[in-house]
Amino acid sequence: FVRPARPLGPYDTQEAVTSYQQATTYNNFYEFGTDKSDPARLAGSLKPRPWTVRIDGEVKKPQTVDIDTLQSWFPLEDRIYRMRCVEGWSMVMPWLGFPLAGLIRRLEPTGKAKYVQFTALLDTKQFPGQRSNVLDWPYVEGLRLDEALHPLAFMAVGLHGKVLPGQSGAPLRLVVPWKYGFKSIKSIVKITLTEKQPQTTWALAAPGEYGFYANVNPAVPHPRWSQATERRIGELGRRKTLPFNGYADQVAGLYAGMDLRKFF
Amino acid sequence: MGGLLPAAVLIWDAYTGALGANPIQRATLQTGLLTLTLLVLSLACTPLRLLTGWTWPARIRKALGLLAFGYGALHFLIYLLDHGFSLGAMTEDVLERPFVTAGFTALLLLVPLALTSGRNSVKRLGFARWTRLHQLVYLAASLGALHYYWGVKKDHVPPLIYAGIIAALFLVRFLKRGPVGRRGRGRPGPA
Repeated sequence: FVRPARPLGPYDTQEAVTSYQQATTYNNFYEFGTDKSDPARLAGSLKPRPWTVRIDGEVKKPQTVDIDTLQSWFPLEDRIYRMRCVEGWSMVMPWLGFPLAGLIRRLEPTGKAKYVQFTALLDTKQFPGQRSNVLDWPYVEGLRLDEALHPLAFMAVGLHGKVLPGQSGAPLRLVVPWKYGFKSIKSIVKITLTEKQPQTTWALAAPGEYGFYANVNPAVPHPRWSQATERRIGELGRRKTLPFNGYADQVAGLYAGMDLRKFF
Repeated sequence: MGGLLPAAVLIWDAYTGALGANPIQRATLQTGLLTLTLLVLSLACTPLRLLTGWTWPARIRKALGLLAFGYGALHFLIYLLDHGFSLGAMTEDVLERPFVTAGFTALLLLVPLALTSGRNSVKRLGFARWTRLHQLVYLAASLGALHYYWGVKKDHVPPLIYAGIIAALFLVRFLKRGPVGRRGRGRPGPA
């Protein structure tokens, strides 16, 4: 385990950080293949530069922006977040990037914008796993606008002080630490502000098992396994899963009055 | 003895860290796949003999079946370890999650088969009753394939391959039963 050589910020967890080696060899990234080791093995085929991000939908100025330009708009920040996979394992990830809220505000959403949709790269040359139809490609994800504007919602371009490696979603990925990992879409090429709730890949693939919200919730089991506990990678035993992955104090208010069993 | 090699490899991989960042999950998957593969291989013995006339498959059938049970038991032990040997968690899983129910039932079905795998049991039960009892292995293997199918997140191709092989083996036996049944009426059947 590694500890960063800097003072912890207000959004950082104090827990021991998962090693770079473990965080980058055990990945769910079906664009490379369905095995956890496929992304690390095949990530060389992904070319994170040159890379552009299309920004459109309910924004004042739709545009296509180069990743280096986009990154230069914001000072890079460190964030040490817990990451809880829907499969029942978790890691502690030291990300490098910028808050999503800053990006959204800069894009100047119109009055109609209620949601943000993210689209990942579609390219069977760079993503060999997309030759299989295990999921509908490209991978799409989305957030409610108020979720996207929450200070914990983050866009990562680095990990462990290094440029984000391919298997972790280079060159630009979402990180929403209070939701199951599949919400944190990788290798983003398009950000669209929408009026209606966007479709999301896993909810399309298995609507009874994965919802749009996908907030970490130990009280709502996956139809096929319990979500009450998780294994922190590197540990033998299991630990209790916390509501909203331990970020309830910060984010529970976003869902006041909602039935979280219905909106899972 | 060769059938214990995967167990040795598993222990070696666990020791050297080759099982990756989540070794318990890896070991669960590997022992599960081994169990199902060995079950399918044991099921293939009789159809293979019927189709080819070879006798050697029948001689390794018992060993394959016992190895399947052994790896199934190991798979279950690793599952228990995964849940801190919590009987509460296990009971909840078995009762509430069809995916676990199917796997647990398959393993339970293998218990009487493993206990009656010896030559003495055939004598004690009588060949007909012993054979009928051991036909449970088809049910166990089918439940195992179902357990695998329900257990994967999205990639259903591998469990469907297992299910297809089991169905094909069952079909071979079913089709080859015809002549065997008619043999009683004086027609020479396959040996």
